[in-house]
Amino acid sequence: MAPALPAVDYLVLEGTPHLVAWFCAQCGASYFDRRNACARCSGAEFERRPLGTEGVVRAFTIVHRAAPGLPAPYTSVVVELDGGGRVKANLLGVTDPAAVTAQLKVRLVTFVAGTDDDGTEAIAFAFEPIGGAA
Amino acid sequence: MTEVWIVGASMTRFGRFPDLDLMDLASDAALSALRDADAAMADIGVLTMGNVYEAGSNNGQRLQKQIGQTGVPVYNVVNACATGATAVRVAMLSLLAGEAEMGLAVGVEQMGKMGLIGNAAQSHGSRAGGKPAKKEFAPKGRYGAVVKTEGVLGTGLMPGVFAQAGTEYALAHGITAEQFAKVAQKNHAHSTLNPLAQYRKEFSLEEILGADVISYPNTLPMCCPTGDGAAALVLVTGEKLRTLDPDVRRRAIKISASVLTSDPWVDGGQVQPDVNTLTRNAADAAYEAAGIGPEDLDLVELHDCFATAELLHYDNLRLCEPGGAGDFIDSGKPWRDGSTPVNVSGGLLSKGHPIGATGVANLYEVATHLRGEAGDRQVPDARVGLTHVIGLASACAVHILEAPAAR
Ligand SMILES: [Zn+2]
Repeated sequence: MAPALPAVDYLVLEGTPHLVAWFCAQCGASYFDRRNACARCSGAEFERRPLGTEGVVRAFTIVHRAAPGLPAPYTSVVVELDGGGRVKANLLGVTDPAAVTAQLKVRLVTFVAGTDDDGTEAIAFAFEPIGGAA
Repeated sequence: MTEVWIVGASMTRFGRFPDLDLMDLASDAALSALRDADAAMADIGVLTMGNVYEAGSNNGQRLQKQIGQTGVPVYNVVNACATGATAVRVAMLSLLAGEAEMGLAVGVEQMGKMGLIGNAAQSHGSRAGGKPAKKEFAPKGRYGAVVKTEGVLGTGLMPGVFAQAGTEYALAHGITAEQFAKVAQKNHAHSTLNPLAQYRKEFSLEEILGADVISYPNTLPMCCPTGDGAAALVLVTGEKLRTLDPDVRRRAIKISASVLTSDPWVDGGQVQPDVNTLTRNAADAAYEAAGIGPEDLDLVELHDCFATAELLHYDNLRLCEPGGAGDFIDSGKPWRDGSTPVNVSGGLLSKGHPIGATGVANLYEVATHLRGEAGDRQVPDARVGLTHVIGLASACAVHILEAPAAR
């Protein structure tokens, strides 16, 4: 198997792939990036915890005019994860707006987003509708 | 209590002017605003300059060198799409602080034909010139990314961000693609009455819905163009106003509220910009400061960078019931002959959106109606108007303007 790296460091590939976030120890706000302090309460203590791998679509768009080099159309969604936390990613297998309904249930999946000259794969995450593409 | 009044207002036509430079556009607007105020650079005690793309070039001082180097304080302002409105506000604050009695606020931008996607997507790990470097994944930046994430982990470009802001509202409140398209239909129809608009072409609802999709639900006529242009205002304190010529006083417009906000923390705001909360906060503060409510407004110029955005801002600016933005556009109320005309200028969708000029131009538009000088597009008997701009991430400016009850 080719060596693999997560495309971003808040994706954990080991076991069942899932996302992790930094949670503010003071107010519970969550963040994906390295923090200097909390944007909500300015607290500086954080702990890293896993997030849910299923959730519901809160917002979407179907991008037809994509940035150069990207295949289009593709669907971008904001997902509210079960147990808390929101994340933006692509929704795979869906480019019909009628298929995206309020409270559409989705689950996290991974895919190969690129390969470097050493053959290392970058693994990114996306979502797919639970029960297959609608 | 010191008040601030607009006594001069102007804007250039918005469009593409490859044969002019930034100073040509800024000078045109500034000199026209001074003529409109029956004033000269020698009368101006403070100059503020809003511009984004050439913000490192001290454009305020460059403008002085073209139209009058009088040694007064100059503030160069940059604040995303709220840059122009922020420049007006900085001039206003300077007057309120007693630094000057008369100020000139200019907003200018030359974007040319850079396209919707702009220069947002740089290739990750590529090197300029020489032979290509070895491609080797290594985590970079605050998210430890090993690949370029735009389009891979959803989209963060403006067309997609504002489309997703719209569909979030649509999924919650049952808004249809047709209701979003009606916003563009209205603004393009309005633009045919505005000689300063970049585009002045009407579109049917079918043409808008059937046009190329940029980022669903926004099709091409539902996205603002890039372009060039400038706008300028001359502001005075209430005390100074009383010393001016009666003809200048008769046309003076009061700034009843000037509010600037930024994003407060909201859940999820770290992954998807929240264009709503800071707008609601700015509108509420402005209504309170002016002592008026949304029902008192005779016209509104709001930030319709995309058709989806305008619909959200009906709700954010309290022009409709919470969740009722779809009914509001269906009712015809935001049309020029409706009860709350919105973007009678054609809005950003057709008037154009030279970023640094936009916020000043919105104030120009409302002031021109309140003076009764808006020609074919005049909103009859307009006395009170609101302007709104939002920039990511993140700034929102709301101004409320009033014509005095008695001249
Ligand atoms: Zn906190």
